[in-house]
Amino acid sequence: MIEVQNIRKQYGDVVALENVSLSIQRGELFGLIGPDGAGKTSLMRILMSLLLPTGGTAAMNNLDVVKDYKKVRLITGYMPGRFSLYPDLTVEENLKFFATVFGTTIEENYYLIKDIYQQIEPFKTRRAGQLSGGMKQKLALSCALIHKPEILILDEPTTGVDAVSRKEFWEMLKRLKNMGITILVSTPYMDEATLCDRIALIQEGKIMSIATPETMMHSFPEDLWTISSRKIYNTSKILELIPSLISVNSFGQALHLVTTKGQHTSKSIQGFLTQHGEHDITVESEKATIEDVFILLMQKHNQTA
Amino acid sequence: MKRFLAFLRKEFLHIFRDPRTLVILFGIPIAQLLLFGFVLTNEVRNVKIAVVDHSRDYLSIRLTQQLVSSGFFQVAATPTSESEYEGLFRSGKVKEIVIFEPNFASRLVNENKADIQLIADASEPNTAQLVVNYTTAITNNFVKTEFRKEQKQPGINIKARMLFNEDMLDSYNFIPGLIAVILMLISAMMTAITITREKESGTMEILLASPLKPIQIILGKVTPYMILSIVNALVVLLIGYFVFNVPIIGSLALLLAEILLFIFLALSLGILISTFATNQVTALAISGFVLMLPSILLSGFIFPVKNMPAPLEFISNFIPPRWFIEINRTVMLKGGGLAEVWPNTLILLGMSALFIAISIRKFKIRLQ
Repeated sequence: MIEVQNIRKQYGDVVALENVSLSIQRGELFGLIGPDGAGKTSLMRILMSLLLPTGGTAAMNNLDVVKDYKKVRLITGYMPGRFSLYPDLTVEENLKFFATVFGTTIEENYYLIKDIYQQIEPFKTRRAGQLSGGMKQKLALSCALIHKPEILILDEPTTGVDAVSRKEFWEMLKRLKNMGITILVSTPYMDEATLCDRIALIQEGKIMSIATPETMMHSFPEDLWTISSRKIYNTSKILELIPSLISVNSFGQALHLVTTKGQHTSKSIQGFLTQHGEHDITVESEKATIEDVFILLMQKHNQTA
Repeated sequence: MKRFLAFLRKEFLHIFRDPRTLVILFGIPIAQLLLFGFVLTNEVRNVKIAVVDHSRDYLSIRLTQQLVSSGFFQVAATPTSESEYEGLFRSGKVKEIVIFEPNFASRLVNENKADIQLIADASEPNTAQLVVNYTTAITNNFVKTEFRKEQKQPGINIKARMLFNEDMLDSYNFIPGLIAVILMLISAMMTAITITREKESGTMEILLASPLKPIQIILGKVTPYMILSIVNALVVLLIGYFVFNVPIIGSLALLLAEILLFIFLALSLGILISTFATNQVTALAISGFVLMLPSILLSGFIFPVKNMPAPLEFISNFIPPRWFIEINRTVMLKGGGLAEVWPNTLILLGMSALFIAISIRKFKIRLQ
C-alpha cells in the first residue's frame, strides 16, 4: 500500500533522510518510532506530497507521490504534528468544512468517525481553540477521516496528550485498522510501539530496524538485567566498569544493564557489585522492551559511525 | 463550487469572529474619513476678509454689506496697495481678499458684466475652497435680487485665485486619495495577513494536503476581502458625497470600474506579499512600511507629486495609488472620461498582471 524506496531528503547541508526504504501492507498499523529530529515528519510530508524528496521514489496505493500528487491527496487523510485546525471555528464547523473540501458530508461517512466524534459531539458548538489537548486530537482525527481515506498518516498524534486520552486514541486506531484503513503513525513514545503491527525504528534519518514489535523484543541479541539499588547514580558509575559491558541506562526507578550474551549471570553481577562495596542490590534477568532495542541499536549505530 | 462556497463561509466566519479584523475593516476607514473630514472642513462663520474697493460705488458697497450681514464674513482690513496682501495672509489677519474693479457698478449696469477678483489663502485648502464658494454664492444671490426686475440679468465674473497653493482642487481633495489608501489597507494588507495566518497556524499544511486547488485557496481567501473592499469604497463615496459634498462629476460607472480595477491590483499585491512572508508579523511589516507609508506620503494623497523632489517623484511612479488617485480626481472632480484616464488605467492593468504573474510563479503547492 505504501512503498518507499531509497528516499533521501536534504535541507541544504543537513541530511534529514538517508536512503529510507520501507513497505507497508494494506490494512497495516505501522509505527514510525524515533526521537525528535529523527526525520519522521520529513518522511510523512514527502508521503503526503507536501515535500519533494531529494532522491528516491515513494508510492501510495501505486500512485507516485511526486507525479500523481493530486490523486495521492484524495486517498489520504493527514494529521500534522501540531494542532492544525481553525481555533476560531467551532468543532462542528471545522468538521463540516473539511468534509465539504473533500467533496463529502458529515452524514455520508458518519459511521467512520462515530466512535471518535461522539466523544466530542457534546461540545460541538465550542470553538476548537478552547478544547483540551485530547479533544483537539480527536477532532483532528475526525477531520482527517471524514473523507474516508484509504491511508491515514498521523504525525505524533499523542504528543502532549494525557495518558488516558492516549490509550483511547490507540484503541480508536485499532478500530480504524479493522475497518481496512492503512495507518502510518509516528511517535516518540517507545511504549506505544507495541500497539503497532509493525514498527520501524528511525534515528538521524536512517531506519535502523523494521519488524513486528514482538520479533524485535524477542530477538534482543544481548543479555539484559534490571538492577534495583538505593543509590542509582553510584551503582551506575560502578557498573560502567563491569567486564563485557555494552550499556547501562536508568530505566524508571531502576537500571537496565546490557552485557554481551552469555558472559554474566545475576550472581556474577551481584558479586561484582558487592566487591565494589554496593550492598542491598537486586539483579534480575529482564526481557527487552522496544526502548532497550532502540538504545542498543542506536549505540551500535554510533559505534560504526 | 460547493468547496469554494464552504471556503468562503469559513473566511467570513474568521472575519466576523475576530474583533481586530473587524476594527481594521470598518473602524479605520470610518475613523480616517471623519478625521480627514473634520480636520479639513471648518465651519464658515465670521471669517475675516479684506475688501479692496477700487470702485466705491453703490453696488460695490451694497455687496460688501451683504457679505458682512450674511454672518459668514467680517471685514478686518482695507488695504490700499497690493504689496500689503501677502503680509495680511502671512500674519493670518484675513483668509480672503475681495477686490472690486474700478467702475464696478457702471460696467454691471451698462455692459451687463463686471469682474470681482478673490484671493484666498489656500494653505488651508478646504477652508479656502469653502470661503470662495460662500463668497460666490452670496455674490450671485446679490445680483439676482438686485436685478430681479431686469429682462436680462447681468453676470458678475468671479476670478478666484488660491494663494500659496494654486492648484489645490486636484491635489488636495481628500476623498479620492482616501479611497486609494483604504483599499490598499483592506485589500492588500488584510489579504497578505489572512494568507500568512494559515501558514503560521499550520492549517495551510492541511489545505495543501487536501484536494483544494491553489487557485481555489487563493480565491477563497481573497473574495471576502474583495466584497468588503467594494462595500467600503461605496461607503466612502457616499459619505464623501453626502457629508463632505465631494462631487462625482464624471461617469459613475467608469469610476466604479476603476475602483474595481484598483481593488484587483491591491489584492494581487496582497497575495504577492503573502508568498514572501512566512508569518503575520512580517506580512504586517511589509504591508505597513512598503505599502501604507508610500501610499499615504508619495502617492499625491497629501503632498502633490509635482512638488516632490525629483528622486521621490521618480519613486512615486512605482506606487500604484499614485496612478489611481489621479484617475479618481480626474473622474470625480474634473469630469474626465476614459479619454483622459486610459494611460493610468493601462499602468494599473500592467501592474496587476505583473503582480499576479509573480504570485503564481511563487505560490507553492508544497511546503517548501
